[in-house]
Amino acid sequence: MADSTPAHPPWWHNRRLLPWLVQGAVGLTLLVVIAFLLGNLVRNLSAAGLLLSWRWLGQPASFDIAETLLPFNASEPYWRGLLAGLVNTVRVVLLGFVGATVLGTVVGSASFSSNALVKRLARIVVEVIRNIPLLLQLVFWYFVVFLALPNGAEAIQLPGIVLAKSGLFLPGFEAGLHWSGPTLVDGIWQAPLRFTPEFGALLTGLVVYTGAFIAEVVRGGIASVPKGQWEAAASLGLGAFESLRRIIIPQALRVIVPGLNTQYISLAKNSSLAVACGYTDLYSVAETSLNQTGRAIEVIVILLAAYLAINLVISLVMNGLNRLVQIKER
Amino acid sequence: MPFLRKLLPKRSLTSTLGLALLLVSCAADGGGGGLQSQKIDLIKGRAKLICGVDGKLPGFSFVGSDGAYSGLDVDVCKAVAASLLGDPAKVDYRDLNSSERFAALASGEVDLLSRNTTETLSRDAAGGNGLSFAPTTFYDGQGVMAAAGSGVKSLKDLAGKPICVESGTTTELNLADRMREIKATYTPLKFQTGDQTYAAYLQGRCLAVTSDRSQLAAKRTSFPDPAAHLLLEEVLSKEPLTPATTNADPVWSDAVRWSVYALMQAEELGITKANVAAKLAQAKANPNLADLRRFLGVEGDFGKTLGLPADFVVKEIAAVGNYGEIFDRNVGPGSKLKLDRGLNRQWSKGGLIYSPPFR
Repeated sequence: MADSTPAHPPWWHNRRLLPWLVQGAVGLTLLVVIAFLLGNLVRNLSAAGLLLSWRWLGQPASFDIAETLLPFNASEPYWRGLLAGLVNTVRVVLLGFVGATVLGTVVGSASFSSNALVKRLARIVVEVIRNIPLLLQLVFWYFVVFLALPNGAEAIQLPGIVLAKSGLFLPGFEAGLHWSGPTLVDGIWQAPLRFTPEFGALLTGLVVYTGAFIAEVVRGGIASVPKGQWEAAASLGLGAFESLRRIIIPQALRVIVPGLNTQYISLAKNSSLAVACGYTDLYSVAETSLNQTGRAIEVIVILLAAYLAINLVISLVMNGLNRLVQIKER
Repeated sequence: MPFLRKLLPKRSLTSTLGLALLLVSCAADGGGGGLQSQKIDLIKGRAKLICGVDGKLPGFSFVGSDGAYSGLDVDVCKAVAASLLGDPAKVDYRDLNSSERFAALASGEVDLLSRNTTETLSRDAAGGNGLSFAPTTFYDGQGVMAAAGSGVKSLKDLAGKPICVESGTTTELNLADRMREIKATYTPLKFQTGDQTYAAYLQGRCLAVTSDRSQLAAKRTSFPDPAAHLLLEEVLSKEPLTPATTNADPVWSDAVRWSVYALMQAEELGITKANVAAKLAQAKANPNLADLRRFLGVEGDFGKTLGLPADFVVKEIAAVGNYGEIFDRNVGPGSKLKLDRGLNRQWSKGGLIYSPPFR
């Protein structure tokens, strides 16, 4: 009896079972907590006679949106308004990605310049921008820069481009494929392509702020490439720019891309600060809808779902890109 | 959770406590109502009324250079504090923007919302915001302000032009409705706070700014050159600005409602801050002045039926004066705004200020 050791250890020593048990217990606790919170919400809402309802989404919004890519007017339902807001958000986020990436790459690479002035300047710009709250920067860009522009005939005019208080006017094709530039009609500029100062201020603010962070990511990525790579490139007779482009950046990318993901996500989330400069994004439309309908929980749920979806898509794309630039072991 | 509720005999506990309180109060003042109002108990317990105001609107609620709040909305807070707590200084003010105000009231963060809020069906309805409105303290209408030199004379001149408006307000909706009526397209530029809205207007981003006429007149006094801005003649909507509580505590809502009516009734009876003490002495001396005696709490139990002290009217009037005095001091001839009483006259003088009988 004494030497008959059991063939199997007792279940509480089972290395394969234990993790499952622990996971199960944690999962169950989580489910109970969520069920409790949801039950609490539903019970209190029904006590207040405010059960969740989505019917209001189909009712006319009866408010206007200043600038939309999707055509929208006050007689259309709330869901169209929210969709127009979402499109506005996506528009500023996508353009923000392009701008912030270009700016970040230029400033980040500049901090490796052999020109001391450029190098110092890049560092100073990054430190100043990174350490001022974005909200303040947006208010600055909107009220101090964009709204201080002259209007009407005194507007800043370059060939084909006009920058005025009422926006940035660019030439483009009008109906009938007829190329035309900005024109002044009754003291008001008109052009085929127009960006409002609200959009301009938000985009500039997001690009400059996120650009500063991306510059740091790029600098970190480049710094991670061993010094020997620079020396090897130089010994092949490549110049500073060429060695950066052909040798250093491809190696730095695998450090840069995961960091970029974080910056892109924070740009998308920061775009909800648009209300500070009067741009009608998803958050702004949702806020107006909330005040009109009083449907706080439904509106917040829509907002949460929309920002979550945007950021999950960004993560998905960036993870794909990450796999692309990783070292492939053959 | 149901099983917790079973474990704790909560209802029996509160009713026992209530009964004990009732007995104590009966012993203290010799009979009368045993009103249950969690809100009133809470306010009495902390000896502070928390009042939600705008805080940035001269004439209605504004922080002066001495750090003290003043204005018509603020005086309503003070009057309610005086009637419930006996002291107009026992108020904590919370500055709320137009988007925060209803959530702050619903969550109990403020006891009373006295923030130039328009009374509407959807805000009052139990299925909407579920507010309970007190009597309207300022009958207003939506107006439009434009620069004097801009050539804007009516709403039609604003077709195709940018107009600044504060988001989450009734004015935003009314503007959309009126522009739709006259079939004019326009560009609404929405800002979250009044400060941003008026800053964008002053910077020339919008040709006009729209809000309640009283608010436009009030904000104009703080502009660098008030004379350069004109209010259009057109009135876009009815804006009855009204203090509000929630549907959650009807006893508290009634107490607020009649505290506000008392200000109006006092004006009708000619009781002012200066003569309220004399009137009280007169009522005490002369048992034939039944109306006045009831109103000032010398006889009857009006205060108690509302959950307020018997002399709540006296305390209020002594603290802030009657409605007419409040109006004149904050937005009328005694202020920078110099607004006409207009619709806000007593009903006997052709206005809408009308208190139901104190009976």
